[in-house]
Parts: sequence; structure tokens; C-alpha cells
Amino acid sequence: MKQAFQSPSGILLALILAIAFIGPLLPLADPLAMDVAARFGGPSAAHPLGQDEYGRDLLSRLVHALRSAILISGGAAMISAVIGVSVGVVAGYVRGFSEALSMRVMDVILCFPPLLLAMLAATLYGAGPSTLVPVLALVFVPSFTRVAHASVMTVRGQDYVDATRLMGASATRIIFRTILPNIVGPLFVQFSFVVVMSVILESGLSFLGLGVLPPQPSLGMMIGTARSTFAQEPWLLLAPCLSLIVLVLVLNAFCDHLRQLFDPRRESGA
Amino acid sequence: MGWFVRRLAQSLVMLWVVVSLVFLSIHFVPGDPAELLLAQDGGSPDPLMVQMLREQLGLDRPLPEQYSHNVMGILRGDLGASMVDGSSVGQEVMRRLPRTLELIAAAGILSLLIGIPAGVLSALRPRGRFSRGAAVVAGTAQSVPVFVLGTLLVVLFAQVLGWLPAGGFVPFSRDPGKHLQLLVLPAATIAIGLSAIVFRITRASMLDVLPLDFIRTARAKGVPARRVIIRHALRNALMPVITVFALQLGGLLAGTVLVETVFNWPGLSGMLVAGVNARDYPVVTGVLVVVSAFYIGLNLLVDIIYGITDPRVRK
Amino acid sequence: MSRNRENMTVTQSAEHPLLQVQGLTVGFRRGGQWNDVVRDVGFSVSGGETLAIVGESGSGKSVTSMALMQLLPRDNSRISGQALFRGIDLLQLDERQMERIRGDRISMIFQEPMTSLNPVMTIGAQIAESILTHRRIGKAEARAEALAMMDRVRIPSAKSRYDDFPHQFSGGMRQRVMIAAALACQPDLLIADEPTTALDVTIQAQVLDLIKELQAESGMGVIFITHDMGVVAEVSDRTLVMYHGDVIESGTTEQIFRRPAKAYTSALLSAVPRLGSMTGNAVPTPYPVFDIASGKLREPGPRPNTLREGPPYLLQVSDLSKRFAIQSKLLKRTIARVHAVEGVSFTLRQGETLSIVGESGCGKSTTGKLITGLHDRDEGRVVLAGRELGAIPAVERAHDIQMIFQDPYASLNPRLRIGEAITEPLRIHGKASATEQREIAASLLTRVGLQPEMAGRYPHEFSGGQRQRICVARALVMKPKVIVADEAVSALDVTMKTQVVNLMMDLQQEMGLGFVFISHDMAVVERISHRIAVMYLGEIVEIGPRAAIFENPRHPYTRRLLGAVPVPDPARRHQRGAAVVTELRSPVRPPDYRRPVRRYLEISDDHFVLDSGEDWQ
Repeated sequence: MKQAFQSPSGILLALILAIAFIGPLLPLADPLAMDVAARFGGPSAAHPLGQDEYGRDLLSRLVHALRSAILISGGAAMISAVIGVSVGVVAGYVRGFSEALSMRVMDVILCFPPLLLAMLAATLYGAGPSTLVPVLALVFVPSFTRVAHASVMTVRGQDYVDATRLMGASATRIIFRTILPNIVGPLFVQFSFVVVMSVILESGLSFLGLGVLPPQPSLGMMIGTARSTFAQEPWLLLAPCLSLIVLVLVLNAFCDHLRQLFDPRRESGA
Repeated sequence: MGWFVRRLAQSLVMLWVVVSLVFLSIHFVPGDPAELLLAQDGGSPDPLMVQMLREQLGLDRPLPEQYSHNVMGILRGDLGASMVDGSSVGQEVMRRLPRTLELIAAAGILSLLIGIPAGVLSALRPRGRFSRGAAVVAGTAQSVPVFVLGTLLVVLFAQVLGWLPAGGFVPFSRDPGKHLQLLVLPAATIAIGLSAIVFRITRASMLDVLPLDFIRTARAKGVPARRVIIRHALRNALMPVITVFALQLGGLLAGTVLVETVFNWPGLSGMLVAGVNARDYPVVTGVLVVVSAFYIGLNLLVDIIYGITDPRVRK
Repeated sequence: MSRNRENMTVTQSAEHPLLQVQGLTVGFRRGGQWNDVVRDVGFSVSGGETLAIVGESGSGKSVTSMALMQLLPRDNSRISGQALFRGIDLLQLDERQMERIRGDRISMIFQEPMTSLNPVMTIGAQIAESILTHRRIGKAEARAEALAMMDRVRIPSAKSRYDDFPHQFSGGMRQRVMIAAALACQPDLLIADEPTTALDVTIQAQVLDLIKELQAESGMGVIFITHDMGVVAEVSDRTLVMYHGDVIESGTTEQIFRRPAKAYTSALLSAVPRLGSMTGNAVPTPYPVFDIASGKLREPGPRPNTLREGPPYLLQVSDLSKRFAIQSKLLKRTIARVHAVEGVSFTLRQGETLSIVGESGCGKSTTGKLITGLHDRDEGRVVLAGRELGAIPAVERAHDIQMIFQDPYASLNPRLRIGEAITEPLRIHGKASATEQREIAASLLTRVGLQPEMAGRYPHEFSGGQRQRICVARALVMKPKVIVADEAVSALDVTMKTQVVNLMMDLQQEMGLGFVFISHDMAVVERISHRIAVMYLGEIVEIGPRAAIFENPRHPYTRRLLGAVPVPDPARRHQRGAAVVTELRSPVRPPDYRRPVRRYLEISDDHFVLDSGEDWQ
């Protein structure tokens, strides 16, 4: 894991995480406090990046939006990973009926485009993070299941797994001590990939007004509302656009870095 | 032919499961679905309204009857009526679907034309200047969410440069020139991200195929380099590209929702977003069923293409 | 198209070699540094002549041939020297010019028939492609010529198979397709890079015969690259021995085998398993060890017989059967069964090595997995050290039986240090403290000929031979009674192979181990076994003491198998008649198949042959 962060993308990611989680602890302006008199106010000492159409502090809103994007996406990816990997590993190891069933269920989930599934959930349950996180988690379960299943299938065919069975090792020991350590690479890559996808999906839904609900700040929504005021204050649109692009770029770069780190064609020792 | 029939049957079963799940989704909700749909923040809905909605959606009838009614309806192409104005969802979908498909087709063709040649060239000299440059461009293109990209393109080409209209729609029959002009930005927005994906997959797949033994065999036979690359390498490398491309197209049908919103393109997205905001359940499920069917159909198509190009699949 | 054929063969003579290579040096760039992997290689080949280039892995023999064909990646390889082919220096040609030579004047075939053909092109099209590339003829003509070529390489019913795809062909047939494509334009020179290494021995014999025959017909020169001294003796007129990128010896094959000038060649030859070298030896004997320093062969001293006659048996297997169902995709109905193992019975005594031999698909590996319990058997009994296999808990079974696998790269967990890998069984059984584990790992590493300090390293830091020693150590840690070795030395270079075989024999002597040695390599089997079981299509067709099987083989399949093994002795380079094209038959049977009642005939004491009736008439 240490190797993962010892790279330009790893350092940048750590920096973004620091801004998102330490930023809100700093004495910044309240992201929700309106000051209509000062709407579209330019940069000042109190508001380093200026104020939006309700006079709220842009910097503070950006920092909070960044945090919620990471929390929602990371949380959803985590839930999804736990469920998906468990199902995939069991399906790949036990085979038989449980394998057929779980893989079919995953096929069904994959038939629904993620964005539309989220919209259906928003229709039924109402929009907001409490709908968003479970839907994102559900949508990405199949990807984890498939990666875990495929990796288990590759690993379990290796002679060293048979050798471990002949030592008298139990199935649980084989799964946790022999198979899992050999498939963490692809799973980490998949995890970072799912975080990226979640960030994009979450921002898109918020852009449509179906994700994070106002007045809470989110990058997608900030972009959506600032479109109409671009002529008055371009920065209100460009700042969240830039933040979102940088976040996704860094996450993607980190994902690529992990992929190279765990490339099976590279001999991986430690 | 056996594999084809089998695959078709599989798709139909999948479609049936999807339709059933969508139908049942309203019943997964705890409590009375009609009440839930009408629920506004805090306040409890008017009982009279709830009763009316229940009748309108057929929720007052027994579940099996509702199920058969709705599923049979879908098979007949009847997707129900909007809760808001009672208009036919099916008709509205048919009116809007071609516009969305046009957008996707334009973007899809564009991205194949850019992505595949770039991917092949880059795989031939993986450490060359072109390859490295293209990788950076593709990485960046993939990192910009479509709605951000669309917004930025509008800002640049419509608001700053004033070269193209910011958005809207004119039917092709009324003014072809204007129609195409309006198509450029939304299609380009989708195509940029998509060609980055096609590029990456083509490149990776070619890099997987080029070191294989049969490429060496072809070269040892004296087959000219260009033919080795196209007939032997690309032919084998295209399969993953087809798969990923089709998966992406399926996802795009949803992704276009965002692009259509940015450019006011009156495809499926308009009715969908309005439907979700009004919590107009039949509209949302109607669109969902159509899109999922399209997606399943695409997957079927991919497998058929696979079967045609790869003899190992048909058995 | 054969317009030049006649006068060409006439002008070829020993004075005017077809190909003359001088000072060939090949380097690769790795991480910015140039590294020569082939140095100053020189040789010549004339028409009608066969030159063998022999060496172990990493000797540079394949790189040499790839360099001649200019098939190495141009941007990170560099080639210097001269390679005159009929007066033209191949190394000076650009890619365009080289394309005109490849496949037309010089052709090449490769080791892996399974991956060397394009999976999405019909085999006919792949043969015709060679012709269409080099001749200005129409598609119909090319098709006709390709069909004629398929007949020449004896692909049965060529017409109906023309439009088949590679996956519908067996390995041997694919190699025939490769040969057809390579020879379609009647080249002057054929470079064959380990063309039979991936094939079963009876199929290998057929392919070698085919190449020799086609060579006799056309008078082409052949460069034959191989690691197998048996194949060298069988096919080549002259031989070049390579070691770590250098030619260390060359001469007529006769000379090289009779009077090797260099110590390495002697070592290589002494390590070559030779069929018949054990005739007259009563008990299995380790390989003589060649001491490079002194240049002397150290013959092993006389050995006591490790075999303990009579009961108690370590292993009693009776009527063992295993079938794998082939199901229809839609309804999961069983449409056929692979009869992998059928009615197999044998016993194993203390200190005994029983070898199970046969070609791919004969069921030998499945048998190994059945007796270790890795597969569940369908029928039959396995009694392991006096107890029914099914009644032994997995934890206790580990003390009875262990296994060594074929692929040394796949049989060690890449995430475990080798010290941990060796002692993993101890941790599973909670037997030893951390210090004890370290001591045990150290002593076992020493025992298998490695250094105890290596315990902290990961598997990828070791060579194939070293990994196989580590696997032996891991198998020993539970002090099992039986070890199943499934093709355990097949993937190793000859020198490594002999060392691991010797190690196993030493361990048998010390610990009274019983080995079930599963192999396709008859020569190694002859060296190590007390008894041998020959399997074909899931059944044991012949079983008996080693001497009986090798000196008095009775079953037609055993005879065919033994007859196909190349003999590393050029003097015995036998002239076989036109080879009969046979394919290994498939053990797939319809679901209602009942095995006929089988009878074994006792030929002599403990030597039984399956009475298989008309099948073999």
C-alpha cells in the first residue's frame, strides 16, 4: 500500500483528501450562510474566491462539496466492494448453483444503466444522499463480483492452491490466506475505478438536481446553477468545473498507477 | 445456428426479468406506493388524491392482475399513461427516441473513426511520441464528466467565440443545415469521451495481440506488414473493442441524458428529468424499460457479431 | 512454380552452401543497456542438409534463428555479422526485401502449434496466404495448390477440412498445417524452431518423419533448433552446440556424440536420458554426475534396493474410475462423458517407485489427483496406508500423501516467502513454533541442495529447477509416506532434470518413500522406476516391472510408445517407413457407454497386459 502513494498521483490524491477533510475544520465561512446583498461579490479577505448568486462563500462551498463527493463515492464503493467481493469469491470457490445464481443476478443488475436506475430510485424514494449511496453501491456490485470471480477462478486453478489443499488446509483458510492475498491487486484497481465512476455519476445526478439536495453544496449542482450566470461571473462556473476535473484526473491517474503496480506481467514480490 | 437461438432465448428471458423487476419496483417501497409518490416534504397527501392515483395506476387491483395487465401492456407497446397529464408514455417515447438515437449514432461513428486508427498507430510504436501524446489526451478526455465537457464547450464555442448555437433543436426536415449545426456540439461532447475509450481499448488489445505467435507466423510467411497488422492483428484485436464499445453505447443512452439537458436536445432526457422531478412513475419506468431493452438488444448484437467473426464462439 | 527447382538443387553442393553465417552477434536493449545474447555465431547449411542447433533455455538458439529471419523487434535489438543466403546478405536487407524472402525462399515453423495459427482464419486460407503473398496467381489456383499441400503433409480429407478453423484441429494436425504453409512456396531453407517439443511422442515421431520426407523430396536445407539430444541424433547431419549465447562446439552429429570436445557437451550428453541405458540394472540407479571441473563422469556406486517386498502396501487402488460430464449449454443435460480414468488398479509398496506413463489425455494426471483426493472418484477404492481414502480426515491425509506438480511457476504461492511456503503445512497443523519452523525450513533447504539463507526470498527470484526443489522440500515437511510427482521434471532443462531425479532417488533411499511418478518421458521413467503402468484412453494397458515393460513390451500401444522415443545415438538413426498418420483417440463417449468387460493376461510374474481384443488388431 505504501508503494501506491509514493507516486505523483498518490501524493496529489493525499493532498486532495487533506483539503477535503481538514479544510472544513479550518475557520472558513459557513458554506450555507447567505448574504444576498453581496451576491456575485468578487474575491475579498473574507471570501478568497468570491461569493455566489446568494452571496455564499465559494471557497467554503467548494471544500464542502469536495468532501461530500469523496464521502458519497468512497462510501458507496466500500459497501459495493464488500458485497461484490464476498459474492464473487464464494461463487468462484464454491461453484455450482450459487455461482450460476449470483452471476445471473449480476447480469440483471447490469441491464439497468446506472444513471437511470438512480433516477428510478429518486422517483420512488425521493432524491438525496440516502437514496444515492445505496443506489451507487448496488450499481457497482456486479463489477466487483465479476473481477473477484474471475480472479478467484484464475488463482484456484493454480497448482499452489491444490498443494495447500493437500496440506490439509480448510476452505476458509484457503480463501482467506491463499486466494485473497493473490487477488487484492485487481480488486484495488477495481475499487479506485469504481470511486471514479461514482464521483462522475454523483456529480451528474447532482447536476440534474437529483443527488445532493440544495442548499448543501455539491460540485455538480454548483455547475448546473452557475451555467445561467456565466456572463455575470464566469468564475462561479469554472471553479467547480476545474475542481471536478482535477479530482477525476487525479483519481484516474492513481487508478492507472495501481494498475501498473499490480500488473500480472510485472513480477510482484513484496 | 444453435448458439444463436440459445442467445436469443437468453436475451428474451433477460428482458422479461427486467420488465418484471421494473414493474415490481414500486412494490418494493415500504408502505402504500401511491401515498409515497404523492408525499411532499413532511405533509401527508390528500386521501382523495391517493385514492385517485391508486385507481389510475391500477394499484387497487390484486397484484397478479396488475402484473399481467402491465406486462401484457408492455408487450403490446403500451407503456401506460403519464400521471401528470394522462398522455401516452409510449407515444412520447417514440417521438423522442429517434433524436436520442441520432445523437448516439453520430457520436458513436465519430469515436470509432478517431479511436481505432489512433489506437492501432499507438500500439505499433507504444513508446513513440504519438503514443505518449495520445495517451495524455485520452486520459484527460476520459476524466472530464460529459456534462462538464458540454458546459465548457458551450461556454467556449457559443458564448466566447460565438461560432455555434448554444443548444436547441430544429427538425432535419425543416432546416437540414441548422439541424446539423445544432448536432455538432452535443455529438462532439459524447464523442470525445467515447473515442478516448475506444482508443485505449484498441491500443491495449493490439498490444495484447501483436506479440502472439500467430503474428510471428504471418510475418515468417512474408506477409506484408500492413496486411499483418490489419488482417491478422486488428481482426483479432477488434473483439474486445466491439464489446466495450457496445457496453459503452448502452451506458451512453443514459449518459446522453446529461448531454441532452446541457444542450436542450429534446430526446428522452427531457421527459425523463421532468418525470423524475414530478415523480411521474409511469414515465420513468417507461423510459427505463425502453432503454434496458435497447441495452439487451445491443448485447445480443455484439454476441452475434462475435459469432460471425470468431469461429470459436459458435458451437 | 517449381520452374527453378531442378537446376537449383543441382547447383547446390557442399562447396556452395545455401546459407553461410559469420560473426552473428545479437544484442537486446534492456533499460537503456545493450546486452549481447548471441555472440559471434558462425555456421553453414547446404541444400538437402540438416543442421541442428542445440542448447538449453537461454542458450540463444531461438534468437539466432529469429535474427536470421529479421523477426526480432527492430528498435530494441541489434544484429551484426553476415548471413549470406545464395550470395545475398540477409542482415543487410530492409523489411520490404526481407518480406520477399520470408515464406518464399526461407520458411520457418515454430514450437507452439496451438497458438501459432490465426484463430479467426480458416486453415486453408492460412496456407493459401503464403502462396498468394509470393506468387501472382488467382485465388482458385492458390486454393488448389493449398489443397495439394495439405495432401502432401497428409492431413486426412483435406478438401472437407480446408474451411475448418484451427481450434477444430489437434496439436499434431496444426503442426502439419504450419508445415504446409511454410513449404507451400517450396523454400530452399526451412528453419524449424522446436517444432515437436509441444507434441506427444508418437505424434512427434510422425512430424519428424514428415519433415525428413519432405526434405528428401525437395532437397531443401533444414535448420533444426531443439533442446532434445534424442531429436538431434534422429534428424541432423551436423550439430552446433550453444551455451549462454556462444557456439561452444560444432561438427558432424556423429563426432559430437562420439567424441564431444567440450566438457559442457559431455555434461549435456551424459544428462540425456537414454532409453535402454538401464538394461541389466536390477534397481533404479541415479544419473551419473558430470563434474565440469575435472571433466569426468562420476558413476553412482551400487545401490541397495529401496523396495520392501510384500505387504503392508502404501497404496492399494482398485477399479478406480472418473468421468467428467459434458453438458449441453441450455438444459444442462449430459450429452457425453469424458472417460478420464477407467477401471484402474495398482498397488504401491514401501520404497517403491511406480511410474504411470502415457500421452496427453490418457488419464495419468487425473489418476494422480484421484489418489491424492484432489478429485472425487466415481467408482473404485483407494486404500492409503491401510485406510480408506474417504475415511481419512484432510488433516491426517497430509501425513500420508503429498504431491509435486508439473509447472514450477504455478505451484508456489507468489505471495509467500519460500521459507514460509515450505513450513506452511506446519502452521496449518499448528505443529511448530516460529523458531522451530525456521530451523526446519533451513534444514530442508539444505537437504534439497539450496542455501538456508534463501528462505526469505520470494519464488520469482528462483529458476525453474530451484523452484522444483523447493516444492520437493514442501512435500517433505509433513514426512509423508507417498509422494505423487505429476510430470515433476518435465518442464526442466536436462541438467536440472537429472539433478531433481537424483534428489528424489536419494530421498527415497533415506526415507523409504513411495513415489507415484507420472510422466510422458520414457527415458526418465526407465531410470527411476521399479514398476511401470502404461495408460491409454483412461485404462492401464500394460503394467509390470520396469525390465519387463522395456525389454518385453506386449501391448501394441506400449510398443508404439517405445518405438516413437527418439534415441540419442546417431548410429541408430533408424529409417522408419512412411509414417502412419494416427491421432490420439479421444476418451469422450456417449452417455450410455458401458465399458466392455476387461481381462488382463499375465505374461510373466507381475507383468499384466490388457486383452483389448479387436481394437488393436
